[in-house]
Amino acid sequence: METSSSIPKPAPLLQIAGVKKQYGSVPVLRGVDLNVRRGQVVTILGPSGSGKTTLLRCVNFLEVYDGGSVQIDGQEVGYRDVVQKKFRSERDLARIRAETGMVFQMFNLFPHLTAAENVMLGLTKVRGKSKGEARDLASHWLGRVGLGDKLDRLPSQLSGGQQQRVGIARAVAMGPKILLLDEITSALDPELVGEVLDVVLDLADEGMTMLVVTHEIAFAREVSSEIVFMADGVIDTQGPPEDLFEGARGSERFRAFLSRFETHHRRR
Amino acid sequence: MLSAILYAIPFLGAGLAVTLLVSLLTVSLSLVIGGLMGVALVYGPAPLRWVIRGFSDVVRGIPILVLIFFVYYGLPVAGLNLQPFSAAVLALTVFKCAQVIENVRGAIGSIPRGQMDAGKAIGLTFPARLVYVIAPQAVRRFLPPWINGVTDAVKGSALVSLLGVTDLMHSIQQVIGRTYEALPLYVLGAVFYFVINYTLSMLSRRLELRYSYIRD
Amino acid sequence: MGYALNFNLIWRHFDRLWGGLILSLELAVLAIGIGVVIGLVLAIAHVSGGRLTRAAIGAYVEVIRNVPLILLVYLVFYGLPQAVDIAYDATTSFVATLSLYAGAYLVEVFRSGLAAVPAGLIDAGKAIGLTPWQRLIHVRLPTMLRITLPALSNTFVSLFKDTSIASVIAVPELTYGAQWINTNTFRIVEVYLIVTGMYLVTGYAILLGLRAIERRFSIGR
Repeated sequence: METSSSIPKPAPLLQIAGVKKQYGSVPVLRGVDLNVRRGQVVTILGPSGSGKTTLLRCVNFLEVYDGGSVQIDGQEVGYRDVVQKKFRSERDLARIRAETGMVFQMFNLFPHLTAAENVMLGLTKVRGKSKGEARDLASHWLGRVGLGDKLDRLPSQLSGGQQQRVGIARAVAMGPKILLLDEITSALDPELVGEVLDVVLDLADEGMTMLVVTHEIAFAREVSSEIVFMADGVIDTQGPPEDLFEGARGSERFRAFLSRFETHHRRR
Repeated sequence: MLSAILYAIPFLGAGLAVTLLVSLLTVSLSLVIGGLMGVALVYGPAPLRWVIRGFSDVVRGIPILVLIFFVYYGLPVAGLNLQPFSAAVLALTVFKCAQVIENVRGAIGSIPRGQMDAGKAIGLTFPARLVYVIAPQAVRRFLPPWINGVTDAVKGSALVSLLGVTDLMHSIQQVIGRTYEALPLYVLGAVFYFVINYTLSMLSRRLELRYSYIRD
Repeated sequence: MGYALNFNLIWRHFDRLWGGLILSLELAVLAIGIGVVIGLVLAIAHVSGGRLTRAAIGAYVEVIRNVPLILLVYLVFYGLPQAVDIAYDATTSFVATLSLYAGAYLVEVFRSGLAAVPAGLIDAGKAIGLTPWQRLIHVRLPTMLRITLPALSNTFVSLFKDTSIASVIAVPELTYGAQWINTNTFRIVEVYLIVTGMYLVTGYAILLGLRAIERRFSIGR
């Protein structure tokens, strides 16, 4: 029997170990361990309050975790000294954040900038590219998400689905190691969801490493290499989609969670 | 009545110039000082925020006439002897500063939290976020209500006539003293103030429409 | 500097301040009472009236809001008696002026309040067969009043502060009392410290009181 351990696997890109967080006296994350390898798409599902969005936001330190560690390529994200809880400087933190890309539920496009300028801001101010180079890159990525003709539109002139695609382009153009997707279709009208998910599927096919939080079960099945189900601040069930969905593995909790979506479909 | 008005025009013109000067000084000084205080209120250390908060609440909680009298009569006690004009501008500036602080706070505070998140996510440092993400949006949110508030400075300037400053209001009183034609002169004065302030509030409304893209 | 604080002289004349405060409150209450009536009537007229009505009301609002209150006070007190055969004392004149002033601001408050009544409620009224007038009285006005309570509270506190302008035509309210004590005792710092405190405390008390009333009425729109 061939053991995969004879070929040393590279260390995971993202290593989350024992991460804890509380808001005041309310524990939101109660010890989460998760690894994401290069090229993997890991999707986190779970009821509201399970901590999934908080966990995602810990990866680029938009949320400060109280315990445990989050490392990208071996570098601790928020602390220069985890044990002593010494924060990184703004400069270091900004550098690390530039290696991650985030797409938000509420899009968070910069309203005073056009679509192209939204994508160019990080390229010029963080990556140090010239205006011309940045414009070319922005043009390329906006074209890739299907908005090549909307470069000079303002967010207020774009539909929700278009705005979200600009958000994806903005994140991807930076060339991040990992993409963090925070319920990116939850704020969209149903008919606009598809165009956004198609873009994400394309990115996944090209090998983009992603950590996704979503409610779209069908999408999760299609795009993920690994599904993670969270409840009450910990990971409840974890595994490849085939095992968890077709194979009917997984805890009571998970099955109950899924059934809520199933019945909903059936009623329709 | 017509002769009274014709007689009045040069005096009112001089008074108008003083009113405009007082208003201009008040508005520019309060914009700079109040603007800095407003930014300090949002981003500064806690003790500073408390002081500015306190200042703003007290100044906005009293009538501007009381503020004007307090400054005018109180300063000599503190050893500072100012001309009525300067005392008036000082009092009005203090009054307007409190308003500007609120305008700034409202403008920055109304920017959705997610904007800072998005700035952080693409790797901008705090200063860069302030310059490229927050400031452009804050300025567009600040301008319409601030321009609207400038009308308060112009209206408030009418009170400096009580200190003997020879502004528009004062010159109206003087001419009435000589011609006894109170009604037409007050109406004429009202027209002057109206033209200035109405223009300003129309400008504010125009800007609000122009910048509507900044709000979702 | 050599200025020693001496509050005794203030306390000796405190009745002028206290009486002045009461009068200020009375003036504000009268002004908002009359102002609400003006504002309501004009807001309804604006919503249901034609172009001419709307333009006239708009003109009234714009004029009042863009002209200094002190000028309006002088105009009504000194100017009007020249044109119209009317004689009134300073206090009556001021109440009239401040009421017109309040009315102009309240027209806007009530207009936007009426516009903010959820269309769904009006539809519900139509659905159960209420006439337009009944809808106005039983659905739109009550809802609008609840919506506009915070703005009304703020307007009232504003008016309370605006009563200080009455001092320029010798109405014996709080600021007039302060000036009297100032010019007669020269205790400038003391009197203005006290008067500042009185305006602040009273304003705050009014706000707290009105907030409590608001909460009672806001049954979660």
